[in-house]
Amino acid sequence: MDYLDELESRSIYLIREAYKQFKDIAILWSIGKDSTVLLWLCKKAFFGKLPFPALHIDTSYKFPEIYEFRDKWAEKWGINLLVERNKDALEKGMGPHKDKLECCGQLKTEALKKAIGKHNFKALLLGIRRDEHGIRSKERFFSPRNREFQWDYKDQPPELWDQFKNKQEGEQHIRVHPLLDWTEQDVWRYIQRENIPVICLYFAKVGKRFRSIGCKTCCNPVDSKADTIAKIIEELKTTKVAERSGRAQDKERAYIMQKLRSLGYM
Amino acid sequence: MKENLKIVIVGHIDHGKSTLIGRLFFDTGSLPEEKINEIKQVCDSLGKEMEFAFVMDHLEEEREQGITIDTAQTFFSTEKRNYTIIDAPGHIEFTKNMITGASQAEAAILLIDAEEGVKEQTRRHAYILGLLGLKQVIVAINKMDLVDYSKERFNEIKKEIEEFLEEINIVPSQVIPISAKEGECIVRKSPKIKWYGGINILEALDTFKIKGGAEMQSLRLPVQDIYKIKDKRVVVGRVESGTLEVGNQIVFLPNNFKTTIKSVEVFMNENKNKAVAGESIGLTFNNQLFFDRGQIICIEKAMPKVTKKFKGNLFWMSNTSLKKGEAVKMKCATQESSCIVKEISKRMDSSTLQVVETNADELKNREVGEVVFESDKELVLDDFNKVPALGRFVIEKNLDTAGGGIIVNLDDDAFGGSGAV
Repeated sequence: MDYLDELESRSIYLIREAYKQFKDIAILWSIGKDSTVLLWLCKKAFFGKLPFPALHIDTSYKFPEIYEFRDKWAEKWGINLLVERNKDALEKGMGPHKDKLECCGQLKTEALKKAIGKHNFKALLLGIRRDEHGIRSKERFFSPRNREFQWDYKDQPPELWDQFKNKQEGEQHIRVHPLLDWTEQDVWRYIQRENIPVICLYFAKVGKRFRSIGCKTCCNPVDSKADTIAKIIEELKTTKVAERSGRAQDKERAYIMQKLRSLGYM
Repeated sequence: MKENLKIVIVGHIDHGKSTLIGRLFFDTGSLPEEKINEIKQVCDSLGKEMEFAFVMDHLEEEREQGITIDTAQTFFSTEKRNYTIIDAPGHIEFTKNMITGASQAEAAILLIDAEEGVKEQTRRHAYILGLLGLKQVIVAINKMDLVDYSKERFNEIKKEIEEFLEEINIVPSQVIPISAKEGECIVRKSPKIKWYGGINILEALDTFKIKGGAEMQSLRLPVQDIYKIKDKRVVVGRVESGTLEVGNQIVFLPNNFKTTIKSVEVFMNENKNKAVAGESIGLTFNNQLFFDRGQIICIEKAMPKVTKKFKGNLFWMSNTSLKKGEAVKMKCATQESSCIVKEISKRMDSSTLQVVETNADELKNREVGEVVFESDKELVLDDFNKVPALGRFVIEKNLDTAGGGIIVNLDDDAFGGSGAV
């Protein structure tokens, strides 16, 4: 087994474990490269057919390419796609022109809360990785979120020898992170090896590309000439720019990611 | 593609674990510019000098109080390989976070403050490394700048820690004098420590070996789940040790069902007919038997033990004590069973390894015990030193992991139960 095989095998083990323990689960699909890789791994874990839905939390401010990609591949892969929005907040005019922390909170976190309540999910599969952000480096593979959706990062359950928290209590839900050990480079190598489709926004056009995508209003491209997967992998070997440098919500204020995550942000 | 190794940094609180990692990243140019700027800004706002520990300590509370609360992992490479560096908190309150971090590592650096010397958490962390089966250890004696780079002080601490490690069967491959704060002996030779002719931290990392060998152990595949794929019933799970291939005669324990492997199932890989330790696969068999999660697939000539009674060395990490006579949940690989605590034959202080009590009534937070359990149903177990995957277990209390243990002396008849079927 090479290193990518090891990563793949561990992730498949975690996905199968989450499904076995909780049954009422969904994969949170942001349509970005990481959650698309996670979706691919779910397909592999269940021999082609996902036994649970993919949930897209739509802020309605996403890039048009995201919607196009989502609908095309959800159909091709036979995915049970659930799209959820915080309609109340949108009707009241919430958007990125308001406070960014509040906008993320309303259109992502609140929307997710409602979706979990509506569909009664006990656990969610998320494609976050430790190398994305310092605060994500402290995550567990199976991480409980309490009734108010908060992450008690100061008192996380111990996790050893692949024994995970396998019962949620009351209104708790468990976030499962099968890609936690992967790096940005691993993800791209795997996309290359498996020939996984990704959104065109990741590839350079006129000297710019997106390294991380979300809402159109809050994402900036980075300078890059990498217009193929191979060139992206080469670029990542030497870059000094952080992956999420184009993401506005990471830098509004100090510790904003910690605050967002402790309040339930993905 | 380069190989990957996971390393944990352990030691007493404030001995400089996070600083060492920050320095290693900084001096090897492994940090994005933005990260350096972000750290500088936060340091300025807190009125501090450049604080290398902030590379790892990311929580607001961690930065303001200058301690690590939770374990964190980060990535870095040398010419030879990619490393995952796991930072473990040194504070006694966060020992369970240290165990979480260390349980994922293959090698460790034990850090000791040259001024303070070997302390309680130094010894406790070292003991935990032993419990987790981590034998590849480098000792780094940090803050040499505070003792004027004294060779005598270095040798004093070296002797003390080597003696302690010997008691728990760990032989450190290197003992290195460093100053993480000043960057001495981290990625280059130090002109201030001329009396030391050995290698630096960066070079020492590359001397660790990648763990392997699970393939060479006997076959163990704990059943994870059973899927119905079209008209086939597929048993899924991960090969924890050994190898298998189509046509192999195998046994399901504890039921003792015998059958032959008909196919190895991996999505979009029709020609797959073999698997090795580490692979998550599906299997079909020539006989339709009763398959269930928790069964262990083995081969007849190298069987584990099937028993209801077992003894483990248990590290307890919950504020609620483990009590003699109570029922707890035990998990080992995919097995789960309710167990009665029959006996706490020894209760030990995990930092001194002194036996505090024999035949105790309870095991308290951060204590180590030799505990005898009796399970409701038959368990399939191995000696930890032979097949680690089936020789380690966790105990749950209040739905959370509260203890981690390893099984030793399984063949001891007093505890052995019925033996292999």
